Amino acid sequence: MENFSSVGKRIPKKDAIDKVTGRAAYIQDLKVPGMLYGKILRSKYPHARIVRIDASRAKKLMGVRAVITADDVPQIRYGFFKDQPVLKSGKVRSYRDEVAAVAATNPEVAEEAINLIQVEYEALPGVFDPVDAMRENAPLVHEENKSNILKLPWKLVAGDVEEARRSAAFVAEDQFTVTWVTHCCLGTEGIIADFDLRNNLTVYRNTQIPSLAQRDFLDALRVMGLKDSKVRLIKPTIGGGFGSKLDTYGFEYIAILLAYVTRKPVKIQRTREEEFRYTSTRQPAIIRIAQGCDGNGKLTFRDISMILDNGAYTSWGATTPSVMMMPISSLYRVPNVRYEAKCVYTNNTWSQAMRGYGNPQATFAIESNMDQLAEKAGADPLEFRMLNANEPGEVTPQRFKITTCGLKECIQEVSKRLDWQKRRKEKKEGRGLGMGCLIHVGGGARVYKSDGCGTIVKMDDFGKVDVFTGATDMGQGADTIIAQLVAEEVGVLPEDVNIVDRDTDVCPWDVGAHASRTTFVAGNAAVMAGRKLKEKILAASAGFVDRWKDKDGTRHEIRLDNDTTNLVIKDRMVYSTKEPEKKIALGKILRGAHYEKGGTMIMAEAFYDPDNENLDREYKGNLSKTYAYGAHGVEVEVDKQTGKVKILRYIAAHDVGRAINPMLLEGQIYGGGAMGVGYALTERLILDKGEVMNANFRDYKMLTAKDVIPIEPVIVETMDQDGPYGAKGIGEPGLVPTAPAIANAIYDAIGVRIKDLPITPERILKELKKKENSH
Amino acid sequence: MRKTVSFVLNGNRMEMEIEPEWTLLHLLREELEMTGSKSGCESGECGACTVIVNGKAVNSCLFPAPEIEGASVTTIEGMAKPTGELHPLQTAFIEKGAVQCGYCTPGMIMSAKALLDENPNPSEGEIRHALAGNMCRCTGYVQILDAVKFAAHALSTKGEVRPRKGEERIA
Repeated sequence: MENFSSVGKRIPKKDAIDKVTGRAAYIQDLKVPGMLYGKILRSKYPHARIVRIDASRAKKLMGVRAVITADDVPQIRYGFFKDQPVLKSGKVRSYRDEVAAVAATNPEVAEEAINLIQVEYEALPGVFDPVDAMRENAPLVHEENKSNILKLPWKLVAGDVEEARRSAAFVAEDQFTVTWVTHCCLGTEGIIADFDLRNNLTVYRNTQIPSLAQRDFLDALRVMGLKDSKVRLIKPTIGGGFGSKLDTYGFEYIAILLAYVTRKPVKIQRTREEEFRYTSTRQPAIIRIAQGCDGNGKLTFRDISMILDNGAYTSWGATTPSVMMMPISSLYRVPNVRYEAKCVYTNNTWSQAMRGYGNPQATFAIESNMDQLAEKAGADPLEFRMLNANEPGEVTPQRFKITTCGLKECIQEVSKRLDWQKRRKEKKEGRGLGMGCLIHVGGGARVYKSDGCGTIVKMDDFGKVDVFTGATDMGQGADTIIAQLVAEEVGVLPEDVNIVDRDTDVCPWDVGAHASRTTFVAGNAAVMAGRKLKEKILAASAGFVDRWKDKDGTRHEIRLDNDTTNLVIKDRMVYSTKEPEKKIALGKILRGAHYEKGGTMIMAEAFYDPDNENLDREYKGNLSKTYAYGAHGVEVEVDKQTGKVKILRYIAAHDVGRAINPMLLEGQIYGGGAMGVGYALTERLILDKGEVMNANFRDYKMLTAKDVIPIEPVIVETMDQDGPYGAKGIGEPGLVPTAPAIANAIYDAIGVRIKDLPITPERILKELKKKENSH
Repeated sequence: MRKTVSFVLNGNRMEMEIEPEWTLLHLLREELEMTGSKSGCESGECGACTVIVNGKAVNSCLFPAPEIEGASVTTIEGMAKPTGELHPLQTAFIEKGAVQCGYCTPGMIMSAKALLDENPNPSEGEIRHALAGNMCRCTGYVQILDAVKFAAHALSTKGEVRPRKGEERIA
């Protein structure tokens, strides 16, 4: 085994000490002198015409500094299709629609002012079901489109599905549905916007996309007529992301507008209730699936169509079918694939990225249906998966080039640890085993023109490294992973590496913390920069002479080797492998580089952009440099009287390339798994005619410490040739196969298949009753 | 009507004029600018604002500020010694990987402290019960439970929480 000093170690998260002492400052904790507080008035209707807005009473309230409506400000538009203005006029299309905003000297006055704004609406018939929304004569959410179906036809075709279906020995077909769930970041979203006298904008914002948000804000300033302004974005400590902060939103632009109008810093901080109501969700879908195999159990085709409730406007949610294509085309070897998805406007909340980005929805249908097909073919579901599992070297129907692939090892780990073959056969009343597998991007994802990340590394005079990275840590541990990689590469200790990732004025460009890409992309950039830095240190070390006198006046001199290939940096010292006893402190050499005549700076930069491909017009191309695989196996006990599901064991085996930090990696698997179990069993945002009915933690059932799942992470290392020290991304995979694994286990336990998430006790009891009645 | 309250905050005697409608969280965060106690829901559901009042973990976002008269209040800022020496719970949270985004962490640690002060050898069930009001979205709670168990052991054996135990890589 390789002898690494930092890579592979269970090193605690770098900023943990600030977090356990209460020193870490989140957006909630920030104040800028002279700051005003902004508040937003949202629509009272899911769909209505705005007849009149009267803000006169709000404007007169003591402490109010500005009230703005669409009439008062330039029309900044945002969203994937730029289909919504920041402040609405004419019409509102959801309860989230921003109608007016206030800036006041304190939050209470802002709130009071909001309540004084009178808006007269003329209610319009709304549409809250995507199937209804596709009917002729359905109310139109955006009249100018003449249809509620988004002009974004998702279609992937490979091979001949019709022919494969005709010749298949076994076919399983069914329909599955998934509903709204939300991120529940413990730290809600917030922003402070502040202009200087030259109209340069500083934004404090807990975002996952500092560089792209900077560009969005610059575009907004141009609309406001501010052509030469600069935008600086400062990220405070982020209280969780999970995809929720991958876009820019109305409240951010409103804070910017209020700051511009008042010439004061303006903060908008979301409350928990607002967070539940106005955070873009994971998108609901109605999924129709058919899969078939030949007489030997080899998959021959997969045919999927989906209808997605997009909600009233577009954010990244509208593009999640692009990621759904990944498991549809490339989970298991399946030569003939067809996938079509329609995103439909409704007057519901609109959707965004959420951990897994469409993959959990698609995988729920695929993996549930895999068990249905295995049953038809008379195969054990685990063996059926082994038979069809992906292998290294394969090119999938979507043209993904599979390099390393640990899917079979993961399935075997699940089998071994659950004693699958034996336990599946011995039937215990109410107990069952199930499994689900996954593929996800593990080597970046070229969803933009660039999938790059920049890194600057700089040595100080004393042997410490400052790393300026474009990467964003929102708790997942990017700070620590990057420090470990730089430390390993340069030859210093991880505690000697300081990560600077907070400020666009000093940090290089990055496309954002999405697609489980940070360890792979930012990690590779850090390794490249670290390597260059080491070369510079070694160049400065070559022939370096250290002279000193000891206590009794004896003179000493050490001269390092002139040949840099013999030089090593280790334990804060530099020495030659030829004379390892002659060591010079790293700091001495660094100071020498600065103080000597014709001195030099010991710093380096690197930009890493993997040579992965954008999907082409047919939605094909090698999206990621490598792919992460995994298999989850679960044992459940279902109480047939109450419909309650108890998870007895949970094995989560993941092909991670290499574990840079097993402790943080396990944290991703535990956290992803818990979120996945919530998706499977308890969580749903309940909407009634577009209105969120459970905007609090009492009614939105996130798992608590009482519900801890006995997850056993299994790390399978495949040493990816393109990953930093062999690593792949692991941020999202943990929750991808959870729901189908549990659904399959429930089926094994009690013989009913629940096809709608979440799998509540009510749904289980209903299906049990149906089954009884059919006997 | 303003009111004067006297109380002990992290070992320091305090006397303050407060508004009767303030919550303890408001007093801490807005008036004293002690932002270690987090505001997560302002309705007693998430536990991010947990502090200890007279030995009991409370949601400071619901706790009326006037009721701290004569009370002893401990917040996350009072956990480490002024010398910088961390409380064993803090060390355990760091070393066991119990911290990700960290927003729930101060509240978690305060709930755990109230538990261990009263019950130095809690069962896993008792730990889960004590932390049930503290929501975490990042960790799945597994490493948090590990940390509390580890700290309980360290505290009860008066042993130091040794850093980097089990540095070996797992297979």
